Amino acid sequence: MLIGVTRETKPGETRVAATPATVKQLTGLGYDVVIEGGAGEASSFKDEAYAEAGGRIGTDADAWGADLVFRVNAPSVGEVELLKSGATLVAPLAPAQSAELLDALAARKVDAFAMDAVPRISRAQSMDILSSQANIAGYRAVVEAAHHFGRFFTGQVTAAGKVPPAKVLVAGAGVAGLAAIGAASSLGAIVRATDPRPEVADQVKSLGGEYLKVEVEVEKSTDGYAKATSEAYDQRAAEIYSEQAEDVDIIVTTALIPGRPAPKLITAADVASMKSGSVIVDMAAAMGGNVEGTVKDEVVITPNGVTIIGYTDLPARLPAQSSQLYGTNLVNLMKLVTPEKDGVLALDLEDQVQRGLTVVHDGGVLWPPPPVQVSAAPAVAAPAEVAVKETQKPLSAGAKLALVGTGALALFLLNAVAPAEITRHFTVLTLSVVIGFYVIGHVHHALHTPLMSVTNAISGIVVVGALLQLTVADNVVLVLAGIATLLASINIFGGFAVTRRMLSMFRKA
Amino acid sequence: MDIFSIAGAAYLVAALLFILSLAGLSKHETASQGWLYGVAGMTLALVATVIQVVDGGTTTAVIVLVVAVAVGAVIGLWRAKVVEMTGMPELIALLHSFVGLAAVLIGWNGHLEAAAGHVHGGAIHSAEVFIGVFIGAVTFTGSIVAFLKLSARMKSAPLMLPGKNVINIGALVVFVILTVVYVINPTLPLLIAVTVVALALGWHLVASIGGGDMPVVVSMLNSYSGWAAAASGFLLGNDLLIVTGALVGSSGAYLSYIMCKAMNRSFISVIAGGFGIEAGPSGDVDYGEHREINAEDTAELLAGASSVVITPGYGMAVAQAQYPVAELTRILRDKGVDVRFGIHPVAGRLPGHMNVLLAEAKVPYDIVLEMDEINDDLAETDVVLVIGANDTVNPAAAEDPTSPIAGMPVLRVWESKNVVVFKRSMAAGYAGVQNPLFFRENTQMLFGDAKTKVDEIVNALARVPA
Repeated sequence: MLIGVTRETKPGETRVAATPATVKQLTGLGYDVVIEGGAGEASSFKDEAYAEAGGRIGTDADAWGADLVFRVNAPSVGEVELLKSGATLVAPLAPAQSAELLDALAARKVDAFAMDAVPRISRAQSMDILSSQANIAGYRAVVEAAHHFGRFFTGQVTAAGKVPPAKVLVAGAGVAGLAAIGAASSLGAIVRATDPRPEVADQVKSLGGEYLKVEVEVEKSTDGYAKATSEAYDQRAAEIYSEQAEDVDIIVTTALIPGRPAPKLITAADVASMKSGSVIVDMAAAMGGNVEGTVKDEVVITPNGVTIIGYTDLPARLPAQSSQLYGTNLVNLMKLVTPEKDGVLALDLEDQVQRGLTVVHDGGVLWPPPPVQVSAAPAVAAPAEVAVKETQKPLSAGAKLALVGTGALALFLLNAVAPAEITRHFTVLTLSVVIGFYVIGHVHHALHTPLMSVTNAISGIVVVGALLQLTVADNVVLVLAGIATLLASINIFGGFAVTRRMLSMFRKA
Repeated sequence: MDIFSIAGAAYLVAALLFILSLAGLSKHETASQGWLYGVAGMTLALVATVIQVVDGGTTTAVIVLVVAVAVGAVIGLWRAKVVEMTGMPELIALLHSFVGLAAVLIGWNGHLEAAAGHVHGGAIHSAEVFIGVFIGAVTFTGSIVAFLKLSARMKSAPLMLPGKNVINIGALVVFVILTVVYVINPTLPLLIAVTVVALALGWHLVASIGGGDMPVVVSMLNSYSGWAAAASGFLLGNDLLIVTGALVGSSGAYLSYIMCKAMNRSFISVIAGGFGIEAGPSGDVDYGEHREINAEDTAELLAGASSVVITPGYGMAVAQAQYPVAELTRILRDKGVDVRFGIHPVAGRLPGHMNVLLAEAKVPYDIVLEMDEINDDLAETDVVLVIGANDTVNPAAAEDPTSPIAGMPVLRVWESKNVVVFKRSMAAGYAGVQNPLFFRENTQMLFGDAKTKVDEIVNALARVPA
């Protein structure tokens, strides 16, 4: 089948749905690829590079008329006419907000894969464009902030004086938030982060940030997205934002709730309390913004000198990177729907992932898909139940004492009535057992086998008994003792030799 | 000062050397030293004994001595030289049987000597003969069965005789009765009877234990062989045998204890046999579908990872995959990937079996970690490769209270970002329990022979630019 990669028509869009590297992978799956001339120009991918990777350069009609059409942005309703009937469109479609577009596609008998409707489960992560693009956006948000911030991020002590490190607050520790935390902390800033899901605390920490916990009861997220939260929580969170706004130099907000306007986290009063020269990057600007005063796609400077950045095209500001990751997401999708690697689309609507992202099929709209349940915090309830099958209870202190007492008493009685010779042997035996346990108690797990083979060799010490019996003047005894000597000798020599062999293998890095 | 007091002194020094030997073997740094102490102690004990034999025995006795020791040495050294590291469990089990048999023979000789009037008999002596023969015979047949099972000459599935506990306890009762009768009137038929009972008991005991429990069985037999030596020491009034036997006996018992703890089971329940007897209701649960991956993609996954943990199991030993695994480790480490190994205490068929195999393939021992050392790091790990392990990585042990292996500590590989499971097919592990790990969202199955697959990954990695 033929895949068409069109030039993006949205103003300001610099990305492209396939790069030379992904074209090569697509041809590897058995597809032919046609690229609209100049489609990769803005991402620094030349037409020649595509041709070299096995693609064909064509006109816009060639690309739009392919069996599968790859795009970075949803087509306009007008552009749907360019698609051929029976084709498949692969693009982010925002299906919840674009009923009109879906109907137009259905009417045209075009199947549509909405890349922004990929279920958020681990298996589908390799094709999750929200993650791949949010990652880039988070990084770029910090770079934009650094560009507008008139100071270092990292603290320095120089001959010209001491520079304190910048303080960064990241609101929302999703993919974008985490990317921002990582980028800011690797620039040397002190990074703090907030998020309604307490389970992200470790992730924040792992990237060098400090998690600011909001101390209220919250519901656990079951679909991987943050939920709208309770009133008490909002109140405490608002206090935290006000406190932080006074203290920090940079704020990056990433809070989005799917299908709803972005929550207002930073009020105008908070912004007014910030130091002059501070920078806010509002990554939710497209959905109305998390900050009061954000203007979509623009940079605003407030009267007290705070810069508020409302760019909505952050991924497009790193076009080569974004195109590469987006293209790879699409390749992973094609891998899923082309199990035979024969260049033929084999859609399996029984599969959770494929069902989830197929929003138009055979002239019918399939949105919304049945819900997928997946928890970001796996199986918390389970460990509590494990205790049910404790078959053996640990002995109580009393029982233990009784056991030790009985043992000691038995040993005492045995020795008290036994002849002196036996008592002497028992003393030796008992002390040796105790020594044995202490000596072995700290053995390194890797040395279990050598230990076993060496104890094996030394248990060949029974040879001493056999040898002593050789002195008895009795032929039967002599023969039996001889055989015992032979067996025990095998043990001694074999055991020591094989231990030597093993020990010589262990070596340090 | 005569020959016997010199021998006695030599035995004391030998006993001390053995203690130092075991102490030395508990750490990598001192292991070789420990080995030397062991050899020194053994040499000392042998020389002291041989002098006594030469002094008090006939020429025939000396000839028998020289021939027996020489033949034994040749056989022992030859076996030690040619044994494959994957075959260690069999070798060790077989060696245990020799100690057991030697103890039986010494016990028989004790009886014959007393019957011929060479030594003073008496009740204590008779009891010692009996106990020595009994322990020795149980060790002997038990080890033989373990050897047969480990070398796949015998089915590893547990033997399920009706009323097997009654058989075991019955044998013990018979032993006690026979002992009492023998102490009163020591006759040869009684000795033959007890030998037969003990041989049968040893056979039945180990035959009833499944292959998956072999690490416990082998260390248990190790312990028995020590007690057998100690019993011989009682019989002969030789303190060196008692000390050494007790050392070996307690070390084997301790290893058994570690193994049992690793499976969250009591020693008694292992001896009583049978994993997977109580088929839990979890048998018919539909776990969903598993997903496959090929060697090429695995290589790509590994090349992109920053931390990798490999958890090997008996399957790696069977496939002889330790060399390619070591090669894979080397390549990944050269690429700057943090590669470590997580070893479950009961992985393999012998305590520490995996460590020996990896050491053989020249994997540095300081990246080979124990389950407890690595478990908490698994959540931060990019890729876990499960090579020939199954029950030791089964999430059911931690999450499904109805599972037959519930409560057994396992490597929590499912917490990592990606798991690749090397497996021949979807068959269940030794415990006969289905493994929900295979159906997890972050798990991918790589079917085929572990060695071939790891080789393919190594080749694919060689093509990926660093």
